[in-house]
Amino acid sequence: MLRKGIALAALGLALVGGPALAAGDAKTPEPVDFSFKGPFGKFDQAQLQRGYKVYREVCAACHGMELLSFRNLGQKGGPFYDPDYSNPNDNPYVKTIAAEYQVNDIDSETGDIIQRPGTSADAFPSPYPNEAAARAGNGGALPPDLSVMAKARKYGPDYIHALLAGYREPPAGLTVAPGQYYNPYMAGDTTPFWTGEGHAPEGGFIAMPPQLAPDKVTFDDGTPSTIDQQAKDVAAFLYWAAEPKMEERKAFGFGAMIYLVIFAGLLYASYRRIWRNVAH
Amino acid sequence: MSGHSTYEPKTGIERWLDTRLPIVRLGWDSIVDYPTPKNLNYWWTFGGILAVCLGIQIVTGVVLAMHYVPHVDHAFASVERIMRDVNYGWLVRYMHANGASMFFIAVYIHMFRGLYYGSYKAPREVLWILGCIIYLLMMATAFMGYVLPWGQMSFHGAVVITNLFGALPIVGEAITTWLWGGFAVDNATLNRFFSLHFLLPFMIAGVVGLHIWALHVPGNNNPTGVNVKSKADTVPFHPYYTVKDGFAIVLFLILFATFLFFNPNALGHADNYIPANPLVTPAHIVPEWYFLPFYAILRAVPDKLGGVILMFGAIAVLFVLPWLDTSKVRSMRYRPTGKLYFMIFVVACLVLGYCGGQLPDNHVIPGLSTFILIDADLNSMVWLSRLATLYYFGYFLVILPLLGLTETPTAQPESISTPVLSHPAGMPAGAVAAPEKKG
Repeated sequence: MLRKGIALAALGLALVGGPALAAGDAKTPEPVDFSFKGPFGKFDQAQLQRGYKVYREVCAACHGMELLSFRNLGQKGGPFYDPDYSNPNDNPYVKTIAAEYQVNDIDSETGDIIQRPGTSADAFPSPYPNEAAARAGNGGALPPDLSVMAKARKYGPDYIHALLAGYREPPAGLTVAPGQYYNPYMAGDTTPFWTGEGHAPEGGFIAMPPQLAPDKVTFDDGTPSTIDQQAKDVAAFLYWAAEPKMEERKAFGFGAMIYLVIFAGLLYASYRRIWRNVAH
Repeated sequence: MSGHSTYEPKTGIERWLDTRLPIVRLGWDSIVDYPTPKNLNYWWTFGGILAVCLGIQIVTGVVLAMHYVPHVDHAFASVERIMRDVNYGWLVRYMHANGASMFFIAVYIHMFRGLYYGSYKAPREVLWILGCIIYLLMMATAFMGYVLPWGQMSFHGAVVITNLFGALPIVGEAITTWLWGGFAVDNATLNRFFSLHFLLPFMIAGVVGLHIWALHVPGNNNPTGVNVKSKADTVPFHPYYTVKDGFAIVLFLILFATFLFFNPNALGHADNYIPANPLVTPAHIVPEWYFLPFYAILRAVPDKLGGVILMFGAIAVLFVLPWLDTSKVRSMRYRPTGKLYFMIFVVACLVLGYCGGQLPDNHVIPGLSTFILIDADLNSMVWLSRLATLYYFGYFLVILPLLGLTETPTAQPESISTPVLSHPAGMPAGAVAAPEKKG
């Protein structure tokens, strides 16, 4: 019976995993052992801080994060949460980070458009004033907003890590257009650009050049700054940015589950007792 | 709600109210003393589960509507704002989004239960049709709700579905423009979908009232399909079924909570976290899982109008089912051949759901190209969909009408109480029943 089950499961896997080489398929991202995976997984605050630094020093030059405010960084579960500052607006790290940015405002005395240092309550300013400017600065491509990027792609943070750390030299026989870069994890179809032997390579082209390099970002906690580490940390940070309430959600869920299981047990006992004299 | 009422007002205020508005009597007769067959199994608990689902959707939905902004420029951000800045907004929003899937899981089990045990047969045809209306309203509500976050799948799903009406001859284009409120899916469309998405659940609640009313007139069907013969066959709804349904509801909530708290986006599509962009079409537009079987039927037909007709026909056929099934035996328990065909029908529905999520040209057996039949490789999802679609309609239009006339059912018990007696030898003579041999 068990053997039959295993054989069936293997057949099922073969059927599911079989067409992985069909044209237009991107490489499946390798799962990363993130601390926040699993029903009890939590964010690793040091990792979120490193990830924020990667975002700030590398990504933020082109990518906005408009759904987030600086205060979010100091919220419970966030990279700069400090239990001493239950109101994240007062968190000194958050205030300092916000003040590094210049945000647009209107002078309330004169009505002039001015720039002032950011405050905890401000949203992250976008790197470009509008979409046309963003495209003009990036060879026609639009760097997407990263607020919910970790939820907007299949495999989420695993995908972000794989993409950022996964740039390869294009295989011989693959024509890469100017301003494009080959990445095996990028969705797309390389078939029209393939003149080599056999099947066209998996993956697609992306307008973003490889961004990470060893020691490009200095980690203040002494973590070796490899491409892989930077990609992992920024993927973790972006997952936090997309799901800032994840820790609260799982903790709430744990309590809810205990409640429901006990409630179900009580109801089952009541059911058995109430029905004990009824033949059914 | 029907038959003799056993309610006796005990206090002065109850007596006073009972002669003016017998609402306590209504509640008493409906959910306290309502005589219910004592042999209902757990498949029967999904009615109560569905009531809970509707309640959850309405309560969470009303709260979401307090914070949501139905405007193409703000809808996406407002949903994320709810998740981030509204107190427990993440809980309310994920409950609503996953609740829709849970609602459909429950309704599909409820419908398959009705199909298996013949709950649509006389005298419950109206009950069944009201259920079909609820299902239709649910589909409309779910579709419009999915548009509201204004992500990529929201937008392009709305484009695909509203364009289906464009397949109608002559009036198609006018109807589509009228539905859109313009010449494309845009702000006017989003606004009216929001309005209707708020309205329809209350219409569902109204039809649910009728559904329960129509249930309480003939009373519940039961797993044997045999009519209630005496009081010995029934137990009062309360406490017997309040406790059994309650237990099942909590088990269902555990399943719900597993998704809600630990994998809230598993049933959705990642593309819907990309803000809607009319200029960029997603690589694969797929509906939510609960529409996939119908999507497969739509795509199984090479002609657009034909596909639309077949897709709506798949639901329309349910409405006339009570008159298609010619068998007088309600429960498939006593229809061995019918049971086999029913099981294949369930598989066909699951296959359609699977095909709906695949690309039509995908191979069913990977890597094996056979030959092109008409317009597609025989070993493709589109041909598998066609096979399953054929069975779907064949089950209702050919198998059920003919089977009832030709099959030989097995012996049905004389009453509900008979099969549960532990000593068959002690049964009175004739208790094994005169089986209805044909039809």
